[in-house]
Amino acid sequence: MEQRNSLCVTVNGQERQVVAGMTVEALLHEMQVDPGRVVVERNLVILPSAEFARVPLLDGDSIEVIHFVGGG
Amino acid sequence: MNDFFEIGGVQLKSRLFVGTGKYRSDDLIPAVCAASGSEVITVAMRRVDGSGRGIMGHIPSGMHLLPNTSGARTAEEAVRLARIAKAAGCGNWIKIEVISDSRRLLPDGYATARATEILAGEGFVVFPYINADLYVARACADAGAACVMPLAAPIGTNRGLRCREMIGVLIDEMKVPVVVDAGLGRPSEACEAMEMGADACLVNTGIASSGDAPAMARAFALAVEAGRAAWLAGPGAARSHDEGAAASSPLTGFLR
Amino acid sequence: MADSFEQYWAGFDRAQRERDVELMTAQDVRGALSAENPSPRDFLALLSPAAAPFLEDMARRARELTTRHFGYAVNIFTPLYISDVCTNHCRYCGFNAKNRQKRTHLSVEEAVREAMAIRDEGFEEILLLTGEAPRLSSPQYIADVVRRIRGHFASIGIEVYSLEERDYRMLVEAGVSSMTMFQETYNPELYAWLHPAGPKSNYSYRLNAPERACRAGMRSVGLGALLGLDRVEHDGFATGLHAWWLQRRYPGVDIAVSIPRICSHEGSFDIPHELDDRRFVQYVSALRIFLPRASITCSSRESADMRNHLVQICVNRVSAGVSTAVGGRVKLVETPPQFDITDSRSMAVMEQELAELGFQAVLKDWEDPTADRAEVSA
Repeated sequence: MEQRNSLCVTVNGQERQVVAGMTVEALLHEMQVDPGRVVVERNLVILPSAEFARVPLLDGDSIEVIHFVGGG
Repeated sequence: MNDFFEIGGVQLKSRLFVGTGKYRSDDLIPAVCAASGSEVITVAMRRVDGSGRGIMGHIPSGMHLLPNTSGARTAEEAVRLARIAKAAGCGNWIKIEVISDSRRLLPDGYATARATEILAGEGFVVFPYINADLYVARACADAGAACVMPLAAPIGTNRGLRCREMIGVLIDEMKVPVVVDAGLGRPSEACEAMEMGADACLVNTGIASSGDAPAMARAFALAVEAGRAAWLAGPGAARSHDEGAAASSPLTGFLR
Repeated sequence: MADSFEQYWAGFDRAQRERDVELMTAQDVRGALSAENPSPRDFLALLSPAAAPFLEDMARRARELTTRHFGYAVNIFTPLYISDVCTNHCRYCGFNAKNRQKRTHLSVEEAVREAMAIRDEGFEEILLLTGEAPRLSSPQYIADVVRRIRGHFASIGIEVYSLEERDYRMLVEAGVSSMTMFQETYNPELYAWLHPAGPKSNYSYRLNAPERACRAGMRSVGLGALLGLDRVEHDGFATGLHAWWLQRRYPGVDIAVSIPRICSHEGSFDIPHELDDRRFVQYVSALRIFLPRASITCSSRESADMRNHLVQICVNRVSAGVSTAVGGRVKLVETPPQFDITDSRSMAVMEQELAELGFQAVLKDWEDPTADRAEVSA
């Protein structure tokens, strides 16, 4: 059964259903992630943070949400 | 005294770099930074997961961030991670770490040199983590690295300057700075690295695994300072014929 | 371990050593240069012709060891000849009994006055010398001088004829802290020819004197062959070995080595194996490498230039303000010297030149903290 108002995207390697038209910023909000503290790759292309609120997710997008963690 | 370590366009007073991994609690990091006097701190990059709270909140402002590409198994992955790091907006320094050997955790010199060339070309300040291999070091330097970072011993082993001889070779031969990374478990080992002429040391596990991390950070800071002061003073009893040091005036030149 | 050095040395075969020296290779030399604890064989390699191309390396290694054990300190002392009356007939010496020259023997009072003049120049370390005249320059005479001057110097040494152990004991008690005894040559046959008459003709007695001094509680004992009498692979080797043996047998005693090279003197003596400068520097460097902890003294027989270079390599003790005339400061008698002094630099000049070379003149190496120092008169 087709659900026109939801999309299937992969976020950090895991499939996820999102509402159609959802922006990256909204996705981050849903994930409870501070947009100021992450870098987003959409289909292996880095998305400038200025675009987070503008760009809508598309069906099949692969999103990586990356932040700095402890390391040596 | 004006013994700054100039790298990546900045002048550092402290020659001890610290890491942010493996702490009992990330809350220790501000105290470690304060106690160590360090101005350069490494971080890694990972996907955000449900519980993940990034590290940035624990890093004091004013420190120079040195993200590493840990997790990269190929040059391409390292390049990708470097670009991600840059996109975070905290500077253009990158420590290239390309490791596809999960048992030994030794870096892939070929991949590191390739990644260095690409990233230096994109304007990154590149800190390549390598084995103390003269050819790899030269390849990285020729490709535009700001320094080379030879490992003293495999990551996390705290085994000290196992690669002392070969690091000595790099210190003698390289024109770019040599920052000894990985494996320094005790302040005396960091002191020794500096005494040999290294330009700086990076210590992560050695501090993080200590029972009192801030105190150990201070100890490492003092050790790095002591070793550097000794190097500058010029040790008297160096084995000149071992190290092929440049000859001062011949002692027997007067005989004819 | 052999009972005496004489016994130990007698076990070495001269002809075998000559063969060994010829067969030394560059590899033997390199091994000797890098050895943590060089053996006698290593020492021989450094004295051999195979080491000649490695002279600069030897000098550098010698410098490294000297810096490690002595830093850049150079001890300064001055000799005082209090008598040149001598009953020996040593062929090579200016005090040879057959040399018809006026002899001078200072009274205790005169000797003390000379010593005070030396003290006023700033010296803290004095070396008293006499010829062999056991009745005139008796151990008691020497002790009398020592007792009178002991409060005025940090260290008093003697370089006199061979004495009995009880005499050394008496002198130690009187205030002597060091004794120097040059064997001249460790070749018994050559020794006999060079010392045809007089008490010094007794090779064994002289050879055993340093050990008697060690047993008597002497703090420091100095050795040396007179370079040029026999070849360096014989006498140089023997000197090093003598010092090495004494260090192991008497670990509480500071063993020192001197490096006198024969020069001309009153009378004629053909130098049998004259040592050229290169071989001399090779020998001195080898000594330092073999004996890192032994003081190496160079007297004013050598030129200022040579002494300056040797200090930069490995010599850590030198004389200054030297006169081998008897007395020579207060009593200006025209006595012919024991040997020609080539380097007559005063203490002040010596200190200055050493400083220019990056070395620090040290006037006292040691003193007895329990001894009362006499008032220094204005």
